This record gives sequence, structure tokens and C-alpha cells, in this order.
Amino acid sequence: MHDGAAGVTAAGAAASGPWYAMLIPILPLAGFVLCALCAVFRVRSKLPAWITVGLLAASFAVTAAMYSTVQGTQITTVFQWITWSWGSGPGQSFTANFAFYLDGLTCLWMLFVTGLATLIALYASEYMSHEAGAGYCRFFAAFCLFVFSMACLVMADNLVLLYLGWEGVGLCSYLLIGYFYKKPSAVAAAKKAFIVNRIGDLFLALGIMLCFVHFGTVEYKEMFAQAAVYTKAVSAGEIEKVPLVAQLIAVLLMIGAFGKSAQLPLYVWLPDAMEGPTPVSALIHAATMVTAGVFLIARTYPLFLISEYAMPTVAWVGALTALLAATIGMAQFDIKRIMAYSTVSQLGYMFAGLGVLTSVGAAAHVFTHAVFKAMLFLACGAVMHGFAGQLDLRKLSGVGSMPGWRIVNVAMLVGSLNLIGFPVITAGYWSKDTILGEAFANPSMQGVAWILLLTAGLTAYYTFRVYFRVFVGPQSYEPGEELHAQHDDKHQGHADHGHAHDQHAHGEKSGASHGTHDFHPHPPGWAINTVLVILTIAAFAAFWPIKGTSHPSHLGYIGQMMDASSAAYDPHHDAAMYQFAAHKPAPGEPRSHATFFGFDAHKAMMWVSGFVALIGMAIAYFLHYAGRTSATHSRADSWLPAAGPLANWAKHKWYVDEFYDFLIRKPLLVLAHLFHIIDQYLVDGIVDALGWLPKGIGRLIRPSQSGELHGYAFGMAGGLAVILLIVFLVTN
Amino acid sequence: MILSNPLLHTLAQSGFPQPMHSATLAHYLVVSAVMFILGLIGFLTRRNLIIMFLCTELMFQAAGIAFVAFGRFHLDFSGQTFVIFVLTVAAAEAAMALALVVLLFRRKETLDASEWKDLRG
Repeated sequence: MHDGAAGVTAAGAAASGPWYAMLIPILPLAGFVLCALCAVFRVRSKLPAWITVGLLAASFAVTAAMYSTVQGTQITTVFQWITWSWGSGPGQSFTANFAFYLDGLTCLWMLFVTGLATLIALYASEYMSHEAGAGYCRFFAAFCLFVFSMACLVMADNLVLLYLGWEGVGLCSYLLIGYFYKKPSAVAAAKKAFIVNRIGDLFLALGIMLCFVHFGTVEYKEMFAQAAVYTKAVSAGEIEKVPLVAQLIAVLLMIGAFGKSAQLPLYVWLPDAMEGPTPVSALIHAATMVTAGVFLIARTYPLFLISEYAMPTVAWVGALTALLAATIGMAQFDIKRIMAYSTVSQLGYMFAGLGVLTSVGAAAHVFTHAVFKAMLFLACGAVMHGFAGQLDLRKLSGVGSMPGWRIVNVAMLVGSLNLIGFPVITAGYWSKDTILGEAFANPSMQGVAWILLLTAGLTAYYTFRVYFRVFVGPQSYEPGEELHAQHDDKHQGHADHGHAHDQHAHGEKSGASHGTHDFHPHPPGWAINTVLVILTIAAFAAFWPIKGTSHPSHLGYIGQMMDASSAAYDPHHDAAMYQFAAHKPAPGEPRSHATFFGFDAHKAMMWVSGFVALIGMAIAYFLHYAGRTSATHSRADSWLPAAGPLANWAKHKWYVDEFYDFLIRKPLLVLAHLFHIIDQYLVDGIVDALGWLPKGIGRLIRPSQSGELHGYAFGMAGGLAVILLIVFLVTN
Repeated sequence: MILSNPLLHTLAQSGFPQPMHSATLAHYLVVSAVMFILGLIGFLTRRNLIIMFLCTELMFQAAGIAFVAFGRFHLDFSGQTFVIFVLTVAAAEAAMALALVVLLFRRKETLDASEWKDLRG
């Protein structure tokens, strides 16, 4: 079971890791098999959910055990997966073992992946209860398969196993977005997610291939050992000495990461992915899978550090995505969609964090974001569940003060405060602050820093726009109809839903019903509430990994974990990393710290970022809460015209989908029609011609067969005469 | 040239009929040819099924005459043997053909061959 320490290089022998690390992916895989068997045996109870929750909790426990034992980098080999060799020289063999690379990065990611997966599975056991039966089994089977794939992705010790997990999570994402496969919009969203991801995946695959071509290996250990040589050159200020091919690897991997983590220009699939059930949105499309891109860059950080253009591109793309998504999020009315744009925006923050060389800040933000964004999604999901699929913030108001919604209200508030980075008391503040501080401290990244600061304000506005509209204010609601029609037949046997069900049918006929007696929202049950309580506590507890111990980056245990990982980066030595600064520091010279109007950037940001968040929150309060008497209208309606066409453009997502439609879909459609014509007339034409040939000949000689006996007789006689003539001519 | 065959020479010596003169053969063949052509012309010009059938018989027998004549000319009796068989088969065939003609006549109340045009493939 233990790694034979084969192929040890200058990087030093990586100790073999604990054998039980292999249980982390195996337990969810077993869950997948069991849930599939449940489907085979037509289990109609909640058994698949309990199997999933149990096995994922066990997986989380194993992860925690792994975290407590793993020191530095350790490798656990499960089995030899791919081993080819076609010679004995370097680069003449290809090894990709089913082995796990255990370091701080792996531990951090697996802790929140398995932990959140367990909680969200518990939440889904209630949320998906309408689907009991085949759909329930299908949901949890895909759920388990997702966790397995994610574990492969995160724990892989080589890029090929990572790619397996990468495609696996993509597949599960596709399956779960298209869970309501009878709903055309869900099917379209699933296809969109799959296809857009393929574009990124193509580049990832190319990156892996180039990695093998250049380094002759796809195993991290070997790869990093070879990259260390280039890192030295870069540290000495001689980036020219790094071959262009080696620099290109990071660029290709980066585009792959953009696809999976929904960054510009490949972000368009994520908002549509909200067609899936809310637990899926929370786990896959907010907390875990979409952070795979951040993970990929953090994992291959040594390759990015030697690439001249990759890092700044990551930073700029991240910042621009953060801003764009935030502006779109400000103008949406669907609360789940706002959360989706917020996810895109926060992912942009993480990329910017990686790009401004604070992998620690990025990882910390991934971690805190995973917790609070999952919580926000689950709270939105509870609202959607209770109000028959209603997600329009103009049709819900004062939900938090309704009986039975207290816990959801608290969870939403705590999640929102974390998301905006409410000063000091929230974990989200510290992670976001680190990224902002590092961005302002970086002399070549001032533009990125200002964009991120602006985005922080916008984030505070759109987050509290949702909270002030939906959870506080006068009580008023209107049930949704869309999902309801879909669940109609399934509501039947459900005792406590039957009540609400009757009123729905009525409500659909009479149209809008503003909180009258014909609809009663059902508040969440114990499973949803339990999960929300645990997550609320976890959101505060997320403070501990960040502030529980001291670390130069002010990010405590997460900083320590990142230091013990491939994403380790010491900002005080690699001065030459600032190759884009106007002033290139000489080798060994301490890097130039940019200041924020003469103040230390880090300290200034602690004040400024908190202040910006409070301003955004105050604006949201003024526009959407103060003096609002109904769900539909707020002061924002009268202020909106002041923004001119901008507000309308943002509402239409800056017409990016339309632009892509025009730029890519339409030409492809034209091309498809062209090919169709070629197929119909050229390819089919040739085949048809082959059929027409005997047909035509037949038509030509058919008249000879007249049925007239004398015609045949003349033919025979004539034939005889001709033969005789020939014989006569030949013989004489 | 024919007697160069030693077997035939021996046969001739033992009182076997002498080979036919080629001029005699020509007469038979002319009769055969005339009969065949008469039959052919009859077949091509007449529409009555029975007449047409008789014409085919005429051509058939013309071929038979040629067979016998050649057999005699070559002193090879397989020609005559063959004609005996052919006559037998022709008798059976004539019986069947006439029966068919009767059946065809019952269908259309006419013996005109062109009435059966629609039998074309």
C-alpha cells in the first residue's frame, strides 16, 4: 500500500502517507454503488440519503485524521495505474499512478469538500423528499460520484488522475444540473455547462500534454523538482532563461482553470447551472467544484511562478470577472441567480488573490467562501422550497419574521455578513482583506486592487439588497408556480404538503395571491434547520483556522497549511516575481511595497475594505429597506433611471450571452446548415447516383419487354440472322 | 476422308451401309432448311396460338431431319437416337402445349397471342 519511493529526485524523498487516505475517495465511491443498487431495487424510502450522509461523514472523519497526521508532503499509492515505457532514457516512460499527494493544500480542500458534502447531503435528504424513489436514488448516486471525483481531483499525485477527477466532476455537474430532465431549460443549462467546460478542458488536456513533453513526467513531485531549477533563474531576475514551452504550460492550465471556475470569458455556464436542485448549486456550483480551477493553479503554483504572463493574466481576469459578475448580480431579481453571480464574482477574487501572489489569501477565501456561500444557497433553497419555487425578490418580503423561518433568517444574515466581509467579526472579512491588502501592496497590481475594492462595495450592495428585500420589511409573499407544476404529481402522497398543494392549484388559476389565505408557506423541517444551524456555527468557527494561530500572513492555520504545500510562496524572497513592476528589483533586493496613500497597504485595507462594505450595506439599506411598504416596490425604483441605460444593460447581463450567440452559436449554426446542405446534396447525391444508375439502365431497356410474343420472336429471329451473318462473314 | 477412320472402314467391309454422298446430304438439309424457314415465317406472321404452335413443331421437325441426315452422313447413330428421344419429348410437350392453349382460350375466348401482352414482366 505504501509508495515504494520510486523515482526520488532532488526534491527529496516524499514520505509515504497514511494508508487510510485512500478511504477518502473510496467511501463516496461505495456510496455511489449502494445508491445505484437502491435504484435497481426500487427503494422508495430515504435510505440513499442516509447511506450518503453516513459514508460522507466517515470520509470527513478520515480526512480529519489525515490532517492531524500528515506532515509536509506525503504520497499514498493505491495501485499502479498507468505505466508505460518505450526505452530507458529520460522522457521515455509514462507513469501515472493511482496515488494521492497529501499536503496542506490537499488537507484544506478535502476538509471542506467532505465536510460540506456531508451537511449538504443531510439538507438534500429533506429538500429532495418530493423525489423519493428513482429520482432520489439518482440524485444521491450522482452526489456520491461527485465527491469521489472531487477527491480524485484534489488528492491526485499526477495531472492525469487530476484530469480524471476533473472530467468526473464535470460529468456529475452535467447530470445534476440536468436533474429535472423533463424541463427544457434545465437540459439546455446542463448542455451549456458541459460544452463550455469542454473548451476549458481542451486547454487543460493540452497543458498536461505539454507538461509531459517538456518535463517528461506528469507527477507533481518530479515536475516541481524540475521546475525548481527555473524558479532559481526567475529569483535571480533572469526569466529569459526559462524556455517558452515551460512558460506556456501555465498559460494552458490557466485557461482550463478559467473554464471550470467560471472566469471570463467562460463564466456564462455557471449562472445557468442554477437550474439544478439547490443542494447541487450549493455544493457543486458554489463551494467545491468551481474552486477546482483555483485548486489547479494553487497545486501547480511552481509552474505559474515561472511563467511571465500567466500570473498577471490570472490577476486581471479574476478582477475583471469579479467586477463584471458583481454588476450583473446587482441588477438581477432571481435570488438564486444573484448568488450565482456572486459566486462568479468571489471566484474572481480568488483568482486575483492567486495572481497577486497571495495563494494563502486565495485558499483562505476559497475556504471561507465555501462555508458561507453554501449557507447562503441553502438558505435561498429553503425559501424556494417553502414558497413553491418563488425566487423573485420582488415577490417575497419579510420572510425572516414569519414563524418557523428564524433559523433561515439568521443563516442568511450571517452568510451575507461573511460575503460582504463585515469588519472583524466575520471570517470572510479576513480572507477578502488579505487579498485586497496584498493587491494594494503589489506595485504592478494597482489596477487590479482598485477593481477589487470597487467590487467589494458592489458585493455589499447586492448581497444586502437580497437580505433587505426578502428577509426583512413588511410580510408579503406570492408563491412560485414554475417548480410547483413539476412537483405537482409528486406532492400527492405527501401528507403535510397536501395542504399547500390544493391551494397551489387554486393560486395558479387566480394568478397572484399576495399572502392571502390560499397559500401557506411551509417552513423548513429539522434536517434543513440542523444543517443551517451547523453552518452558522461553522461560519463563526471558520474564524479559528484563520485566527487560531499566528502566521506571517495573518491567516493562521490556513497559512501554515499553504506553507506546507505546493502553493507555498515566500513573498519576502522572490523579489523578482514583480517583473511587471515599473521598477524591477535587483536580485536579492527586498521587494518594493506599494503603499495606500502613504499608509501600509495591509493595515489600510483592514479599515478601508470594512468601510467600503459598510457603505455598500448602507446604500442597500437606503434603497431597499428604508421606507419600503410592499414587496414589489422600493426606493431603488425611483433612483434607477438615474443610472441611465447601464441598469438595463446589467439586467440583461451586459448582453454577453447574446454576444456569444452572435459570435459563436450563429456562425456555427450557419456552418451546420452548410454542412447539412453538403451532406444532403453531395454525399447523399453520390450514393443516390449509384442507385440511379441501374435504375436508369433498367428504364432504358424496359420497353424491349413488351409482352408481345411476336416482338420476342422477331428478336430471336433477328439475333439468329445476325449470328448467321457473322458466321458467314468470318468463315468466308 | 471419312473412311480414314479404321473403325468405319471395318464396318463398311462387314456389309454396313456405305456413307451417304455429300450431294444427297445437301438435299436433306435443303428440305430441313425450307421446313424451318416455313415454320419461322409462320410463327412470325400468324397470331393464332394453335397455328403458332404448329409452326414451332414444324421448325422442331426440320431440326430433326437435319439431325438424322447428319447422323446418316457421318454413320453415327447417336443423331437418330437423339431424334427418337426428341420425338418422345415433343409428343409429351405437344400434349401439354395444346392443353395450355385450351386453357388460354377459355380465359379470353380468343386464340390471339397479342391478347396476352399483359403477361410481360
